[in-house]
Amino acid sequence: MTEDGRAPVEDADVCVVGAGPAGALTAYTLASRGYRVVVLEAGERFDRGDDERRMEESLRPAHDAGELWNMETGDGRDAYTSSGERYYPLNAARVKGVGGSTLHWQGMVMRLHEKDFEMETRHGVGRDWPISYDDLQPYYVCAEKEMGVAGGDDNPYAPPRSQPFPLPAFEPSYSDSLFSDACDEVGLEMHSVPNARNPEPYDGRGVCVGYGTCQPVCPSGAKYTADVHVAKAEDEGARVIDRAQVERLETDGEGDAVESAVYTTPSGTYRQDADAFVVACGGVETPRLLLLSRSRDHPDGLANSSGAVGRYFTEHLFVGAGGTVDQPTRQNHIGFITSESHALYDGEDPTPLGTKLEFLNYAGPSPAIEAMNADEWGDALLEDLRGSYGNHVSMGGLVEQVPTEKNWVTLDKTTTDNLGNPVPDVRWSVADREAEAIRAANTVQNDVLGAMDADVGWTVGPEDTGPAYHHMCTTRMGHHDDESVVDHRTKAHDLENLYISSSSVFVTAGAMNPTLSIAALALKTADHIDDDI
Amino acid sequence: MELTRRDALVALGVAGTATGGAYAVSRLEDDDTAEAVVERLSHVAEAVYPSEVDVTHDFLETYVVGRVEERDGYLEGVTDALDSLDSYTRNLRHEGFGDAPPDARDSLLRYMGVDEAEPAPDGTEAERVRYYVVNELQYALYTTPVGGKLVGIENPVGYPGGLNSYRREP
Ligand SMILES: Cc1cc2nc3c(=O)[nH]c(=O)nc-3n(C[C@H](O)[C@H](O)[C@H](O)COP(=O)(O)OP(=O)(O)OC[C@H]3O[C@@H](n4cnc5c(N)ncnc54)[C@H](O)[C@@H]3O)c2cc1C
Ligand code: SF4
Repeated sequence: MTEDGRAPVEDADVCVVGAGPAGALTAYTLASRGYRVVVLEAGERFDRGDDERRMEESLRPAHDAGELWNMETGDGRDAYTSSGERYYPLNAARVKGVGGSTLHWQGMVMRLHEKDFEMETRHGVGRDWPISYDDLQPYYVCAEKEMGVAGGDDNPYAPPRSQPFPLPAFEPSYSDSLFSDACDEVGLEMHSVPNARNPEPYDGRGVCVGYGTCQPVCPSGAKYTADVHVAKAEDEGARVIDRAQVERLETDGEGDAVESAVYTTPSGTYRQDADAFVVACGGVETPRLLLLSRSRDHPDGLANSSGAVGRYFTEHLFVGAGGTVDQPTRQNHIGFITSESHALYDGEDPTPLGTKLEFLNYAGPSPAIEAMNADEWGDALLEDLRGSYGNHVSMGGLVEQVPTEKNWVTLDKTTTDNLGNPVPDVRWSVADREAEAIRAANTVQNDVLGAMDADVGWTVGPEDTGPAYHHMCTTRMGHHDDESVVDHRTKAHDLENLYISSSSVFVTAGAMNPTLSIAALALKTADHIDDDI
Repeated sequence: MELTRRDALVALGVAGTATGGAYAVSRLEDDDTAEAVVERLSHVAEAVYPSEVDVTHDFLETYVVGRVEERDGYLEGVTDALDSLDSYTRNLRHEGFGDAPPDARDSLLRYMGVDEAEPAPDGTEAERVRYYVVNELQYALYTTPVGGKLVGIENPVGYPGGLNSYRREP
């Protein structure tokens, strides 16, 4: 054992790389079934006792948002290239640390719809998944229990449920009631939103108390973050090694199985052996690690005989519009949404791409933040604040992207990270049919705002859309090893003991925030490993 | 509207929705530096808080005690920033900031460039005054219900005001 406790674990059954929700849930499940599990996590273990300070810094203008969770260390650990048609802000889109990107996330958690698994058959879009909604449904139930999802049965468009949500939905906000009248007029159905946050105490975590800073930090712990399951895995005997960057996976003499993960820590470089390996590094670092692991036996990268590793990088596209109305709207009391609409999700006009609409509870400025950025103070400032706060309304939403070869994560061999390894190059673009779907969503948003007599001040359309920070499809699942990286059990086609737990195995993206599906797949992966070893 | 000790506890995140915690008993009796900070901050608060707000000594004292206990470097930071504000004022008027008449203090802060300065804990003098003095005061006011209510939001960001306010009608 090294002084800092970062030496490898002897006789490990399973080595999990990455301690976000995907790695945490796989590790916890396997540890609780008696396996000796080690988790290697590139980022640090944050002291959650500092969350109050983080919250304050998130509101005060002197502190950069990325500082809170150390999203860009100065030493090159997080270096990347973005050489596609559209710039991709990778370091705003992920957190490295125990808990992964959920430390910073918003925490809305929906199941994919049934059609998402068969977009090719139904609409000739992308490819079908090798599993169906029914296959994943029992894992969705478990994932909702693990994360503590608060939701209601009022969504007429939601896929079938075999069991109710573990927690009741948050009640709609006051501004939801204003939207509701407008939606009635437009003929758009609203319903509750599944949230991974506690409307009542759950699983030893407290209730949401309305700090309103959910993204980037919830000081009360009411918002689920994956360090919860890292701690549970440790309670079940798993070893979690933080600040352990895995540089490559090495195979045995035959090249058929992964033998060890080579990782570097502040105290040196080590080699972790195990019977099975799970890559759970998120949708960008997962393909990168496989590409970095190329060898004589795997010259194009590990698990890449299909050439699909890193290909088909897919995101969700943000759509939004907002403005002001001539009545109070009571925004920014909480930092999450309480109503959404899946009414457009399964439609085909103008495209069959999924669209999800959101009714925001945090439209317009927050007086505290505005005060700290203002050039005024005293009575003049107060007058300004009274003028700007109080009557904003906004809608957001996500539009589905279609996986395309053109969008991909590859290695930029001209730039290296702190350890001398080539950095990821994220190539991203938006296709015409996606732009069309965005325009259609904008039209509905403007209709709703119009029905509220809102003075529309901004619209995020096809030109200024941005990514929702959901990284999908870069090691997709499939039946055949010539077009996909992992099989329906999330095991790499090319290797006996390598599994992937990530949205990188998604085949298509839908337009639902991905993490509940990531969690369901993580639990499924654990079941398969349990069967295999 | 009066800002009390309890409001300071709220601003510090100690009181939450329940009653006050550890700092409720803290006092500054033995700490001259911190007591001086309270006095000097009150002069700035008179300039940067709206006239509707009545800042009590208890409010500032509790806030400063909380900060000193909670944040490494706070006491040095705020003392240095207040010192620079004083020397700036002395250069112009041959008196400290606190001795300048209340209606001159607003202009002094502006002359120094604090109104347009980007807040920065290790920036220029004006930037540090903005960070450690003006923005501390604004944070203490506007993330609490007293400041929020002035603008029409009883549960502002940063304040754990519970799960009823977002549903309430205006
Ligand atoms: C601002 C923001 C808001 C979001 N909101 C939502 C939301 O409302 N709903 C939703 O469903 N999703 C949301 N997401 C996305 C969500 O956070 C991710 O889908 C989820 O965290 C992915 O889980 P993961 O475990 O696959 O990856 P991550 O959570 O990214 O974790 C991967 C971990 O692997 C580690 N790692 C990477 N490479 C290596 C290596 N080589 N060696 C060792 N460790 C490594 C990383 O350090 C990291 O800790 C949001 C994301 C962001 C950034
Ligand atoms: S609103 Fe609720 S979930 Fe969000 S930060 Fe506050 S306590 Fe956490």
